[in-house]
Amino acid sequence: MSAPAEHGISTSDLCLWYGAFQALKRVDLEVKHGLITALIGPSGCGKTTLLRCFNRVNERYGSVTTTGLIRIRGKNVYDADVSLIELRRRVGMVFQRPNPLPLSVYENVVFGLRIHAEKRPPKSVLDEAVEKALTEVGLWKDLRDRLQAKATGLQLEQQQKLCIARLLPLKPEVILMDEPCSALDVEGTRAIEELMFALKGKYTILIVTHNMAQARRASDECAFMLLGELIEHTRTENLFLNPSNPKTAEYIEGRYG
Amino acid sequence: MFTETLTGRKKQRHERVARMFFGLMTAAMVIPLLLIVGFVVFKGAPAMTWEFFSTNPRRGGTAGGIWPALVGTLYLILVSLCISAPIGVLAAVYLNEYAKENWFTRIVNLAVVNLAGVPSIVHGLFGLGAFVYALHFGKSILAAALTLAIMTLPVIIASTKEALASVPRSFREACWNVGASRWQTIWRIVLPNSISGILTGVILQVSRTAGETAPVMLTGVATFKAIEGGGLFLYDLREQCMALSMHLFYVRTQASGAPEELSYAIAATLLGVVLLVNTTAICFRVFLRARKKW
Ligand SMILES: Nc1ncnc2c1ncn2[C@@H]1O[C@H](COP(=O)(O)OP(=O)(O)OP(=O)(O)O)[C@@H](O)[C@H]1O
Ligand SMILES: [Mg+2]
Repeated sequence: MSAPAEHGISTSDLCLWYGAFQALKRVDLEVKHGLITALIGPSGCGKTTLLRCFNRVNERYGSVTTTGLIRIRGKNVYDADVSLIELRRRVGMVFQRPNPLPLSVYENVVFGLRIHAEKRPPKSVLDEAVEKALTEVGLWKDLRDRLQAKATGLQLEQQQKLCIARLLPLKPEVILMDEPCSALDVEGTRAIEELMFALKGKYTILIVTHNMAQARRASDECAFMLLGELIEHTRTENLFLNPSNPKTAEYIEGRYG
Repeated sequence: MFTETLTGRKKQRHERVARMFFGLMTAAMVIPLLLIVGFVVFKGAPAMTWEFFSTNPRRGGTAGGIWPALVGTLYLILVSLCISAPIGVLAAVYLNEYAKENWFTRIVNLAVVNLAGVPSIVHGLFGLGAFVYALHFGKSILAAALTLAIMTLPVIIASTKEALASVPRSFREACWNVGASRWQTIWRIVLPNSISGILTGVILQVSRTAGETAPVMLTGVATFKAIEGGGLFLYDLREQCMALSMHLFYVRTQASGAPEELSYAIAATLLGVVLLVNTTAICFRVFLRARKKW
């Protein structure tokens, strides 16, 4: 679409209800393309819900009503001509618990290609995609000889990287990460953060985290949510050094978690 | 430090008692089972000759073999399986994967659960009314197999749903989030990971059909129906057949003068058929698992 290139995700007046419970309240968010944006806020404030709006996967979780506007790279995701399949292909999600599919490493990476291909993709294409994606996430060296190994048997950190690698062959625009490091140790966390830096620029990266230090060191911009509302969204340094809203200040000082 | 405390000793005592109790219960289940099987096989063994398996009954069931009953039981199992397995599995997939949670699906689920508890003779009566009379199938293998299928469907649906639901949600989420359609999610991930459970449920029901007497007696099983000659299809689906369960009942209660070992031999054969079905299922499962490439 003919939107300015820097638009990653923008929402306006986004409200969401699970049944009668309102989980998102008039969220207006502008996420810039090519940057890493961190989303912080206490448990249950709707961070995961917000992420799920962006690829419209909320619709698979029971009775959900959404109002308002969501644009991904300038395109309204509720337009009639938007195919959910294409949307989800372009907007990838990484979860808190690494969730590789119960297939081999190789099959995990090419899973997306297989399901989106009209006819069976030739092996050379798949091989190439696997090497490219695994190289990009830094797993190629470790796993090149174990491509047929069971993905669910890898170390957690490798599993999480694999989950990221699984998105890449689909050429996503946006990568949503929902607490991608909370199941990992320090080493794993660092590895994932480095990976995020490596991916930065090409993708809109939105990462949910409970770890203030991580939000601080790994993100360019930071958004703070509380009880379904977006309280503050600005450059990370700003948010941490001079929060404009007292609630933000209280949260980042750890007065409630 | 680290010495045994009073509560610690008490805990250990409880632990021992609990373990013994549960062990005993297991034994109480296994030992009678082994006794029954052993007893039946032991009593029936003298009568189990090649002739017993391969010939028609003679002299009103007091002599001769059980060949038609064996074939009839296998027919009933196979035909009802071919009807109930696909319908049951597909319905369960629909209910578990596609159907939205609303009053309609709640009613369907409630119906499934309650139908599973309907006594088999009631199903038999339904089959008699619906298939034999209303649909004009007459008393036939087809009508009996349909009745058995209807009888097993609810349980197959329930067990398949359970197997599907045991596939972790995270697998589905992973699929949705790379843009897989529901069908792709089901076909590539959900079914391969639940097929063992599904098969187990289906096979359990199949073994149940092998032993049912009441519903098939009303809808398609005759007390005597010899097989003449040996075409490829020993029975026609539109004719009546014999069945082991019914034959056992008949020999034991109606045919005066039948040797005792005959009825035990029939029972042992019935057990053998069930065992055969289960073994086939296990082999199939092992085969499926081996085909997974890791
Ligand atoms: N499928 C659902 N049905 C009903 N309510 C839900 C559902 N998912 C989430 N909620 C509710 O919506 C609110 C926001 O949940 P959400 O998971 O988005 O929070 P979160 O910020 O991601 O929390 P956390 O940091 O613990 O992951 C919570 O109050 C939660 O109970
Ligand atoms: Mg969450």
